[in-house]
Amino acid sequence: MSVATRPQLSHLRALESEAIHVMREVAAEFERPVLLFSGGKDSIVLLRLAEKAFRPAPFPFPLMHVDTGHNFPEVIEYRDRRVAELGERLIVASVQESIDKGRVVEEKGPRASRNQLQTVTLLDAINEHGFDAAFGGARRDEERARAKERVFSFRDDFGQWDPKNQRPELWNLYNGRIKKGEHVRVFPLSNWTELDVWEYIDQEHLEVPSIYFAHERQVFSRDGMLYAWREGTELIDGEEIFMATVRYRTVGDMSCTGGVRSTAATLEEVVLEIAATRITERGETRADDRVSEAAMEDRKKAGYF
Amino acid sequence: MTLDLLRFTTAGSVDDGKSTLIGRLLFDSKQIFEDQLAHVVQASARRGGEGTLDLALLTDGLRAEREQGITIDVAYRYFATARRRFIIADCPGHRQYTRNMVTGASTADVAVVLLDARKGVLEQSKRHAFISALLSIPKLVVAVNKMDLVEHSQARFEEVAAEFEAFAPILRRGGRRAGHQYEIKYMPISALNGDNVVERSAAMPWYDGPPLLELLEEVEVAYDHPHEKPARFPVQWVVRPGARAAAGAGSAPPWTQVDAGGDAGAGAAAEHGWTGAGDYRGYAGQLASGALRVGDEVAVLPSGARTRIAGIDTYDGQLEEAMAPMSLTLRLEDELDVSRGELICHPHEPPALGRELLADVCWMAEQPLRPGSRYVLKHTARTATAIVDRIEDVVDVHTLERIVPPEQLELNDIARVRLRTRAPLAFDTYTANRRTGSFILIDESSNGTVGAGMIAASAA
Repeated sequence: MSVATRPQLSHLRALESEAIHVMREVAAEFERPVLLFSGGKDSIVLLRLAEKAFRPAPFPFPLMHVDTGHNFPEVIEYRDRRVAELGERLIVASVQESIDKGRVVEEKGPRASRNQLQTVTLLDAINEHGFDAAFGGARRDEERARAKERVFSFRDDFGQWDPKNQRPELWNLYNGRIKKGEHVRVFPLSNWTELDVWEYIDQEHLEVPSIYFAHERQVFSRDGMLYAWREGTELIDGEEIFMATVRYRTVGDMSCTGGVRSTAATLEEVVLEIAATRITERGETRADDRVSEAAMEDRKKAGYF
Repeated sequence: MTLDLLRFTTAGSVDDGKSTLIGRLLFDSKQIFEDQLAHVVQASARRGGEGTLDLALLTDGLRAEREQGITIDVAYRYFATARRRFIIADCPGHRQYTRNMVTGASTADVAVVLLDARKGVLEQSKRHAFISALLSIPKLVVAVNKMDLVEHSQARFEEVAAEFEAFAPILRRGGRRAGHQYEIKYMPISALNGDNVVERSAAMPWYDGPPLLELLEEVEVAYDHPHEKPARFPVQWVVRPGARAAAGAGSAPPWTQVDAGGDAGAGAAAEHGWTGAGDYRGYAGQLASGALRVGDEVAVLPSGARTRIAGIDTYDGQLEEAMAPMSLTLRLEDELDVSRGELICHPHEPPALGRELLADVCWMAEQPLRPGSRYVLKHTARTATAIVDRIEDVVDVHTLERIVPPEQLELNDIARVRLRTRAPLAFDTYTANRRTGSFILIDESSNGTVGAGMIAASAA
């Protein structure tokens, strides 16, 4: 059979269709879903998929951002603008409030990070609002523990993941049944790669925060990574602040997300750069994954994204 | 429809080298990132001594797996060549994790079963090949691995292939029922050295077939000929911008009662060509098989009500024709009461409709299945209470013969059962249609997924 007579469905369209199916299943089977929106590239894609799944109606769930208080200002500005454009509702769960209420204790010292603290804020917010499903933008290609995770990832009443005892997940039949207090993390982008995400952003003409493109900023070098310097950052002996042209491959906390030296200033250039890169996004930019061989697995078990 | 996305699974017995094969595919197609490789080099040295490279460590992502050197759960891996994108489900080999293997195999287009050239066909390889056939994975590649350990002997390869071929008729029977040629391809490889994985092997000039990767790039997949299959559109969700809460959900959550999206919806409606945004009513879902066109006469099951397709909507505009596996929203000409779980099809090629089924069930729970037990059955977008009336027979994986049933099914048993659902299901046999022929059983008290079901026939 000749190829020309057969209609084509690109792999991006196939992944998109699968993700839309997942989102509609969640909307139909859960009472109170929520979509975790950080302003990062993956959750930006989730929002477009939600538009594709539910328009012309409003989303059947609110959006939620876990705000560490250490976010890039460019990302917060983008977040608020995008939410307003969509006309949807955003809930902000604040790590600062968790600290103020004494739910968590701020780490001290130059390496202090609020990365671990987010888990408590997230779980508290899920409890407080009674959410029974939370969409996240995590992908299996990101990290080895994530490569093992189901699309519907069950969390017990402590918010914990049990990787050795996951529910079998067959065909596209998702089991969303839970008891009160339990919830499910849902990952519609499970089968997407970082390159797929960028190609999709390009294809859909989606706007992303400016820090994803090359820009000049004040940075300092630590453990082989370039961190953004901001007012109040404690430097360790010998570290110096200098100007560099960088861009970010991931959007996390300023305190633990490194920039990469890059001159990619447009979407097209970013896609080319990602296609040619020889280092994973988390390996290149995330200090939180370098703690141990199973850093992500351990954080996920505790209820992390 | 040609999909430039192929899903395949690897199966085989413990130590047949599945994870090594995947590591080799990623490594030779240059899909391993430097930090991943550095990590594997370090970890290999810690475990096996300096200078060793254990590619299996790439996919064994859990602490317990690395500690024990085995695969417990499916790991998904992604790689691309110039011709196709691939999703690999790397499945566990141990018998106790068979249910995880079934999970990985349920979405695969191709199964690669590995055999150890020295050991030949082991029970677990047969079991996996059988499960692949039962799950209607249409293409099976039997890769005789570790050819380097049998001196790349053509005679040994043919011996192992013949041994496998001896029970292939059972697998082929399953394939013929599905209306396609059940294809089995044999190839000699060495995952360790990379022979016939990405590159043709210089050590085995007697093999004139393509290397594994080339074969995977060229194989046709399930959605290649959508017009040849009956259309099946399970309604997942009703899109009604005018309503406070759409169908399927329970009581309206508070945020849908605020001003969310009212204006945004209307503005976007004009931009995307949605008609009559105010009283818009669309039936959203993923086309499970076949194709639908605007103007087609359709039936809605189980009611059997007839109408025509007034429009096929997507966020990217209206379509004249849609094909599986696209997600879309249908508008119907007549105002019918259609809700989640109902199925839209062409009236001249409907699925079966009924409450009594014969199905092959793979049992996945520690607690046994006993006749008379009640479960929640999920089929397409429909959920119904089901009672298992009888265990008809069980498959013996040594002989692959059906034997007299025991009183109950244990973990990893595969059996033909007779069951009844409280509400009627619109179904096809699994061999005819994976999407409308499959279901899962959920335990009502634990909420665990306890069974995977493949419909064999109506039992009415």
